[in-house]
Amino acid sequence: MTVGGVNRDDIYEALVGLHHGLDAEQSLLVSNRLILLLAEQIGDRDAVLQAIEAARLPDPVDRKRG
Amino acid sequence: MTEAPPASLPYAPLPYSPAPELSGGPVRRWPVVIVGGGPVGLAAAIDCSLHGIPALLFDKDDRVSDGSRAICWAKRTLEIFDRLGVARPVVDRGITWKLGKVFHGDQLIYSFDLLPEEGHKHPAFVNLQQYYVESDLVERARQMPGVETRWQSRVVGLSEDGEGVVLEVESPDGGYSVAADWVIACDGARSPLRDMLGLDFVGKVFQDRFLIADVKMAAAFPTERRFWFDPPFHPGGSALLHRQADDVWRIDLQLGWDADPEEERQPEKVIPRLKAMLGEDAKFELEWVSVYTFQCRRLKRFRHGRVIFAGDSAHQVSPFGARGGNGGVQDVDNLIWKLALVIGGEAPDSLLDSYDEERILAADENILNSTRSTDFITPKGPGAQALRDAVLSLSAEHDFARRTVNSGRLSIPAKLTGCGLQTPDDASWAGGVAPGAPCPDAPIEDALARPAWLLDRLGGAFVLMAREEDLASGNVRDAFPGIRDLAVLGIAEAGEALRSDSGVTDVSGLLTERFALSPGSFYLIRPDQHVAARWRSFDPKKVRQALARAKGLDATHLREIA
Ligand SMILES: Cc1cc2nc3c(=O)[nH]c(=O)nc-3n(C[C@H](O)[C@H](O)[C@H](O)COP(=O)(O)OP(=O)(O)OC[C@H]3O[C@@H](n4cnc5c(N)ncnc54)[C@H](O)[C@@H]3O)c2cc1C
Repeated sequence: MTVGGVNRDDIYEALVGLHHGLDAEQSLLVSNRLILLLAEQIGDRDAVLQAIEAARLPDPVDRKRG
Repeated sequence: MTEAPPASLPYAPLPYSPAPELSGGPVRRWPVVIVGGGPVGLAAAIDCSLHGIPALLFDKDDRVSDGSRAICWAKRTLEIFDRLGVARPVVDRGITWKLGKVFHGDQLIYSFDLLPEEGHKHPAFVNLQQYYVESDLVERARQMPGVETRWQSRVVGLSEDGEGVVLEVESPDGGYSVAADWVIACDGARSPLRDMLGLDFVGKVFQDRFLIADVKMAAAFPTERRFWFDPPFHPGGSALLHRQADDVWRIDLQLGWDADPEEERQPEKVIPRLKAMLGEDAKFELEWVSVYTFQCRRLKRFRHGRVIFAGDSAHQVSPFGARGGNGGVQDVDNLIWKLALVIGGEAPDSLLDSYDEERILAADENILNSTRSTDFITPKGPGAQALRDAVLSLSAEHDFARRTVNSGRLSIPAKLTGCGLQTPDDASWAGGVAPGAPCPDAPIEDALARPAWLLDRLGGAFVLMAREEDLASGNVRDAFPGIRDLAVLGIAEAGEALRSDSGVTDVSGLLTERFALSPGSFYLIRPDQHVAARWRSFDPKKVRQALARAKGLDATHLREIA
């Protein structure tokens, strides 16, 4: 599906492909490398912080965030 | 942490004699009593004397600091030490450095130069063992009129009586009490005075342990800060190597939270770790070995009526970034001129609240930076660890990742921008030094064409700085006859004639450049060398208002001046 010039299926496929053949530890490393590269590419502090907020898991009842 | 100190160190006992209070001598009330003779308390005593305030200093011990403590003294501290008259011995004995290198495994990933530009009297950093710095401060304090130091004198009680503070002191010859108008609590991270006032010291403890070893060896390592993540000689941990005076080297090795601190400081554990790093055949002696856990904490407020906290008693940081001692010395630089104005009746006692505002801002900056560095070195949890490792793994190829690698963001002075004493700019400036920032140094020549430094001419009093021609055309030297604590400093270009003995020449043009000192520009500079205000044209009324504001005078005073 393409919206505004972005083909999400292409991107999703490439993201999955990045993990191909990796164990959990390697996957974690490659995900984090990607996150850092993307954050740098975006280069907009507020946009990155907004995405971080959107990604945050809901608060467990017993653990306040902060 | 408390083995007998090596005989070579400056550990001669400091002189003790029974207090006059114990033999029925006159009991005087001191304008300032300082509790604690570490670097911060000693600096405070010297600064009090420079401002003409008699000060009595108590310390529970009779020796300068032992163990592995501060080694890195930042440029700003050296500039303050210069004003206090102790920069020379510290710089002469210390190891000057400005380069740092960071390794991942055995790969160099990042190197930095902390002072890439010329034209500063002091280097970016000098490394010198804390016991030497304290010895130099003790010696200087001894020379200062009005300073009395009492060693082996422990403050055990504190009460306030409306007009001042009464301290209970215990000494080898017995207990006595002393009255003070103001108390500066420089009694360190475990501050008993904090407990006496029931104050909380809250913050964060980092769940990790570090082996800190001071090692004597004739080694050929360069004079630069070296930091490793996951080095081959200490897999999974971090390591630091840094040179001190007398062929002593500081080595930090990260051990992890599960390490047993007692066991880890035994030579049979330490020596193999060091040999792995330095080589099997390396010859070294252990000077000190400790295992530390680090924390970042601060008091909610530093001023509590007539008791004012400075240094580690007010705020504590982890050592990555060297912000502890350096921050404490800046506390003193900020506090004493204000205290002097209050004691002299020239400023309201609310001026001291600006110490809270300004130094809490600085402490928070130091805590933020130290916390971030320690969190990077000691990631908390598997996610943080993976993210940190991803940064390191990208750093060989990506500049942004190299800059994200954090082995310590080294101490730089706080810019007190936006704090109440400063007058915001009323015109636009292209560069220069904004209100709140500390003045950069620059080479100058005095009226007799002798080379000197700008910062030698600033500090101690308020200074109005402008170009010589602007001072002359505005009759500025005559405009402030009634303000005895405002000095005027005229800056001439190379080749231009000086119009007064107090003028100086900007031989290299660096001063003009660093301050963007174009024709018509004026700077008002505080006694701690921070800019209070600046203008693009001279208006004596604005100068008076800014000066009043910088002294904490309130709106009524400001209206009177206007
Ligand atoms: C491993 C390590 C490395 C460090 N590296 C650096 C560095 O490179 N650069 C840097 O700037 N900082 C560094 N620091 C921090 C630095 O050592 C401290 O910030 C500094 O010592 C604080 O000085 P202070 O005068 O506030 O307190 P202290 O040096 O702790 O002095 C407090 C004094 O108060 C006295 N005292 C305590 N209670 C009483 C009492 N009841 N009555 C009388 N006297 C009392 C004590 O005897 C002591 O002399 C490092 C710290 C550590 C642990």
